[in-house]
Amino acid sequence: MINSRFFNRSELLGFLALAVLLFLILPLSLDIFRLNLVAKYLTYAFVGIGLVLCWGYGGILSLGQGVFFGLGGYCMAMYLKLEASSVANTKIQSTPGIPDFMDWNQLTSLPFFWKPFHSFPVTLLAILVVPAFFALIIGAAMFKRRVGGVYFAIITQAIAAILTILIVGQQGYTGGINGITDLRTLHGWDIRTDHAKFILYFVEVVLLFGCIVAAQFIRLTKLGRILVAMREQEDRVRFSGYSVANFKIFAFCAAAVFAAIGGAMFTLEVGFMSPSFVGIVPSIEMVIYTAVGGRMSIFGAVWGALLVNFAKTSLSESFPQLWLFGLGALFIAVVLAFPNGLSGIWADHIQPRIDRLLASRKSKSAAGLIADGAPAE
Amino acid sequence: MFGDYSISDLGAILAMQGFAGLILFSVYVLMALGLAIIFGQMGVINMAHGEFMILGAYVTWMTSNAVQHVAPWLFPGYFFIAMILAFIASGALGMLVEWVLIRHLYKRPLDTLLATWGLSLILQQAYRSIFGAREVGVELPEWMMGSWQATDSIQIPINGMFVMGLTILITIVVFYILFWSSWGKQVRAVVQNRVMAGAVGINTEKVDRYTFGLGCGIAGIAGSAFTMIGSTGPTAGQLYIVDTFLVVVFGGAASLFGTIASAFSISQTQSTLEFFLSGSMAKVITLLTIVAILMVRPQGLFALKVRK
Repeated sequence: MINSRFFNRSELLGFLALAVLLFLILPLSLDIFRLNLVAKYLTYAFVGIGLVLCWGYGGILSLGQGVFFGLGGYCMAMYLKLEASSVANTKIQSTPGIPDFMDWNQLTSLPFFWKPFHSFPVTLLAILVVPAFFALIIGAAMFKRRVGGVYFAIITQAIAAILTILIVGQQGYTGGINGITDLRTLHGWDIRTDHAKFILYFVEVVLLFGCIVAAQFIRLTKLGRILVAMREQEDRVRFSGYSVANFKIFAFCAAAVFAAIGGAMFTLEVGFMSPSFVGIVPSIEMVIYTAVGGRMSIFGAVWGALLVNFAKTSLSESFPQLWLFGLGALFIAVVLAFPNGLSGIWADHIQPRIDRLLASRKSKSAAGLIADGAPAE
Repeated sequence: MFGDYSISDLGAILAMQGFAGLILFSVYVLMALGLAIIFGQMGVINMAHGEFMILGAYVTWMTSNAVQHVAPWLFPGYFFIAMILAFIASGALGMLVEWVLIRHLYKRPLDTLLATWGLSLILQQAYRSIFGAREVGVELPEWMMGSWQATDSIQIPINGMFVMGLTILITIVVFYILFWSSWGKQVRAVVQNRVMAGAVGINTEKVDRYTFGLGCGIAGIAGSAFTMIGSTGPTAGQLYIVDTFLVVVFGGAASLFGTIASAFSISQTQSTLEFFLSGSMAKVITLLTIVAILMVRPQGLFALKVRK
């Protein structure tokens, strides 16, 4: 459905509902511990938005989004760690001024790739550029050779495995299995206080809405329509003279950048970064959130990340045994019965009923509303 | 890195690491054969393949315990019983899964990946609830322990040789079934052209179910063999699943011969590198090499020439 407006009516409602929830209801009703948890869940929503673009619209399933999430997170963590390991803080080490885990691993000077992360602007740039560049290399190598579908999924998964093994193995340079911990300040501002967590939550939500708008923009331009066309009939798009590979690379890079922003926010919210958020399992979980929310819906991805993580926390707190059964069953059910996830259920079953209800009330404008309230896709 | 060793030492190291690589190769081949049948022939991405393997390992463990308590005189040969039981258990579970889950998803290969991932979570938690989170190991019969002294500096463990022999046997049987038996011909006919195969009277649904069952059953045997060289935990299968997929993709998905060749090259590279570098770096370099080669040659080592 080509729409001249930026958001159609139901999307505008979805946008407003999400904004009210994230800006008003949650901050007012939750204590800071729970709000921080919500902030942690929302970092996965960034990844989800990227996956909607790249998987839902472009048809490219990446099982390596954890790589980009991790790259963004590690860039941020390296900056924070360097700030936390000033000479004054680390004077008991044998080499003051380097991160503690390097000192434990008998490193005596800062490795070269850590040095740029002394500067905050360079760090911010790196969070966006490093994952995008990495995605560009992978994407260019794969899509130019017309590798896609299943093979792409498996190779991105292998890359996630490689990066995890590398981070765990190179303890002196990366902090190993424990990751980069004990992060304190961001540009001199203590991120561990409740007040800072509160502000970081709002920063994150604003960024999230920025990403939603950006993704919606991509979706509505000609680019988004080419992505969908490619997913449905790749050859026809190629024969029409479009460079399919370049569009795929773009979608993959955009997804990588979204994931990296999520990763960087994750480091800030949670206060550490470790390889357990990079590997195969977290990467697939990110796909799960997106699938549950609805792979075709940007808002669905946000809801999916929120709801699945909320269920995960509350179920694993009270029934640690049942949680994995529940997650597995949920996933099978979504794939088998609701391939478009929650947003599909909403658009197919709930939305029409609401419309009918509204229509019967305002019988005058009934016809117009039903036509307008058709499912967003 | 070579400076500290004399030539004969290096030879012995290469031989022993080569043999360690052969054991890894055996596990890879057994895992990858099942996966190559399921993925290469049917196009289903079975992320739960590792869990089918672990089921075989647990069946072997239970058999060993049962035999020790009920019929100790059978103990030296319990392994053969355990393998048959593992094949039946994993194969039966595989057929059940195909019937409940996979058959609805043949037209959506990427979704089989997600659904079987859900299945693998459920199976892992089931193993954890039933068998406990601790790793278990089986007791080997006496004739399998110890090692064979080939020369002064080369020692080869007997259980490793047994696993290798087993792998060769299973491979021959699988090749026989797929390429010479009439059922194998039906499988290949369905793979090549489902509609035509149905039109000439092959029950394609039944063939699908048995093919999936066969792939899972082989995974069960792989798990059984796996217990001889390592211990088994609920999540052990996940460690191997990515490697196994890479083995299958690297070999060329539709070619069983390619699967064996790639399992051989990957396992040998890894175990030889492992001696000179740390284990994690050996794995990183091996996997990176595979990914790099796959980027240059996406169709894998042995590709069938087909029009798409």
